[in-house]
Amino acid sequence: MYKNLRWKLLSIAAVFVVFFAVGVYPMLGAHFHLPVPEALQSRALKLGLDLKGGVELRMRVNTDDALKTTTTSTAEALRASLATSNITPMINVTSPMTFRVEGVPQDRDSQFRTASDEVTATDYDRNPLPAGTYEFKMKPNIERDQREQAVDQTMQTIDRRVNELGVVEPSIARQSNNEELLIQLPGVSDVAHAKEIIGKTAQLEFKLVEAGPASKEDLLKQYNGNLPGDLEILPGSGGDATGAFYVVKKIAPVTGSDLRVAKPGLDENNQPAVHFELKPAGAPKFGKLSGENIGRYLAIALDNKIISAPRLDGRITDQGRISGGFTAESANDLALTLRSGALPASLTSLEENVVGPSLGADSIRAGVLASLVGLMLILGFMLVYYKLSGINAAVALIFNLVILLGLMAYLGATMTLPGIAGFVLTMGVGVDSNVLIFERIKEEIAAQRGVRAAINAGFSRVLMTLLDTHVASLIAAAFLFQFGTGPIRGFATTLSIGLFVNLFTSIFVSKTLYDFELSRRQVPALSI
Amino acid sequence: MHIFKSPNFDFVRWKWHAIALSWVIILAGVFVIWTKGMPKGVEFSGGTIVLVRFQQPPDLDRVRGALPGGGANAVVQSYGDPARHEVSIRVHSREVEAGASLSNTAESVVEALNTNGLGPIAPASHLCASPTEFNCVSGRRIVGPTVGAELQQRGILATVFALGGILVYIAFRFRFSFAVGAVVATIHDLLITLAFLAFFKHELSLNVIAALLTITGYSMNDTIVIYDRIRENMRSMRRDNLATIVNSAVNQMLDRTMITGGLTLLSVIALFFFGGEVLKGFAFTMIVGIITGTYSSVFIAAAIVLIWQGKAPVKVAPAAPVAPGRAAGKPANKSGKRRAS
Repeated sequence: MYKNLRWKLLSIAAVFVVFFAVGVYPMLGAHFHLPVPEALQSRALKLGLDLKGGVELRMRVNTDDALKTTTTSTAEALRASLATSNITPMINVTSPMTFRVEGVPQDRDSQFRTASDEVTATDYDRNPLPAGTYEFKMKPNIERDQREQAVDQTMQTIDRRVNELGVVEPSIARQSNNEELLIQLPGVSDVAHAKEIIGKTAQLEFKLVEAGPASKEDLLKQYNGNLPGDLEILPGSGGDATGAFYVVKKIAPVTGSDLRVAKPGLDENNQPAVHFELKPAGAPKFGKLSGENIGRYLAIALDNKIISAPRLDGRITDQGRISGGFTAESANDLALTLRSGALPASLTSLEENVVGPSLGADSIRAGVLASLVGLMLILGFMLVYYKLSGINAAVALIFNLVILLGLMAYLGATMTLPGIAGFVLTMGVGVDSNVLIFERIKEEIAAQRGVRAAINAGFSRVLMTLLDTHVASLIAAAFLFQFGTGPIRGFATTLSIGLFVNLFTSIFVSKTLYDFELSRRQVPALSI
Repeated sequence: MHIFKSPNFDFVRWKWHAIALSWVIILAGVFVIWTKGMPKGVEFSGGTIVLVRFQQPPDLDRVRGALPGGGANAVVQSYGDPARHEVSIRVHSREVEAGASLSNTAESVVEALNTNGLGPIAPASHLCASPTEFNCVSGRRIVGPTVGAELQQRGILATVFALGGILVYIAFRFRFSFAVGAVVATIHDLLITLAFLAFFKHELSLNVIAALLTITGYSMNDTIVIYDRIRENMRSMRRDNLATIVNSAVNQMLDRTMITGGLTLLSVIALFFFGGEVLKGFAFTMIVGIITGTYSSVFIAAAIVLIWQGKAPVKVAPAAPVAPGRAAGKPANKSGKRRAS
């Protein structure tokens, strides 16, 4: 009857030892200065900002960048609109908020005014200057909104990037003049790498190539030293002394914001590359661009550097690949930054500091002490109230705690106060599971059942209840994880892991312990 | 060992009293929040950071204790190069106008430190002149909330979806009235806890939010356990009316409810008394929430099922075969008499 018992006991012991080694031993080792193997050290449970502190970065969002993008695209839209009515003045962006139109013919003035009203009137003020020249300046309220939006968008993008980096709960706050951000990263070891990922603008653009690759001088010569207003010269990604430059269209029909998925992969030569898929709205745009320009070259520009310029061999609609001198790591980083979206503006790093835990060492010590006191009280009560059966409950609860810590460490989760809240709830549910089972066994014994039958009935009847409570909580946790952020996610993660662990410990471990006791001797009455 | 020997309390009789009591507390809470507002922690409202450089490495908890209200609502962290003994203190700065608040808040922080014997720190109007000057304010700045409007909305959305998911699951596993009862009970617990937070002027911080999530989970667990017993009794006590069935279920589970609730409460009370100032808000919320959660699964969740079902006869599918041998030889017990002691 108990032929599997030995294997069950052995596997339970093995599980305990493994998770103890992963989750608990490195912590004890750090505290009591015991030797901890390198492999375990690197896996040790990461503590969040509130428990351990981390790195604080102060960065300025250069919102001028975002304004310049808007101004440039408005100027280009005006140029395109004027071209349809055969007016071709010089249009130059003169500052992030202004652009200038020169050489509007006297006799076409009213036509120009109508066209410019249509394109720019909502966002720009138009000032006439002498000699057919106009200056367009962004309206102050639009400027304010744009700057505001740029900072907001930057915060959200950084949040997404940091979350992907595996730093689970970053804290990002605006400060003082509203264009500075205070970013706290818990448990970060490679600050330079984190800064690089946070700070990468990741403005991805697909632009048609007009000429190149060649040196800058050669390209300018082709245009008699005077580049048309709708074209620009961009450097290749190697773009320094090697001197490969391209002449491309200024306006990018498809940009990074049209991407739906970006993931690292390999190209046809087995070199690292980034694969992407387009959003439903982006696919037709890309299809049109590639379909109408078969045989031409398409520049893939990242932050105004051309990574590669493949030939368009056919219509491409919803997916493609960016290759060009990546390492596996840089392809990975690029995919990550593309997925999280472009920053609307570049960042300037102002300051970088190490901060201590926000909870404070004493608070943490007090919290740990209080938790241990609480655990002792619970275990003590179980032993007194349920007598020998209380040992089962105590073992199940301690296993629960150890496996939960080990799993979290193994999964690389970050431990913060909300995570601890998840712990408290898991322990509460764990106590409840044991109490439910024991109370049920008592009922069965009171109904004149034998010890073995009572135990079996207790476990099997309570199983359905436990499944209901655990599945309901798991559903809640799944929604919290999916839609919540930072701390709410931390809570949901701990809770979900805890619920699975609890089913294992309170049912499987506890039942196996009963089986073990019953296998050794005939038990006339259960100590419960 | 039993806490109650064959309990047979008529819980159902008190359902309207309980609902009235809950309404009183919730409305009082709404009134207080309406008139005084729900105080929010620096994570939600933003505030001022004052960087203070001490002569000696300071004891952060003494620094925290020196701040108004024991620093329960401030964030105190060691900062930068350890050799400079710098501490970053983040506090509210809501009452004052933005321009004035920066220096005012810095001055009041310095004053609080000095009166508590952590100084003498030079007035905040004098910023540390060089990296080697100590006992001075080395920086101050205003920061926005770390939990912005977007994150708050997402948090609320997440909670609403989670409740919706639970509603569907319980409606599927039990019946619709049970699902309504569970969700109403959960919302009830959140509202009551918020009311108590407002009565005792605890700020809504991230720690408190974590505690609110925890009690939601706890209350849900408690409610489903009792529902499960009601469902089981509906099969074994088919001749009885629903009120009797509910009563007997609650009575049968009373030992378990007391033990689980009591033990969880015990560990949270330990946290409240020994967990330090920073964890007080968390522990307080948990204490209120656990009591409310236990109360609501007995008095609110079950009562709503009763009220919803009205006097309509309870239709039950033919007794489902549970564990083999179960139910056989077991008389249909009257309420609360099942447990022989």
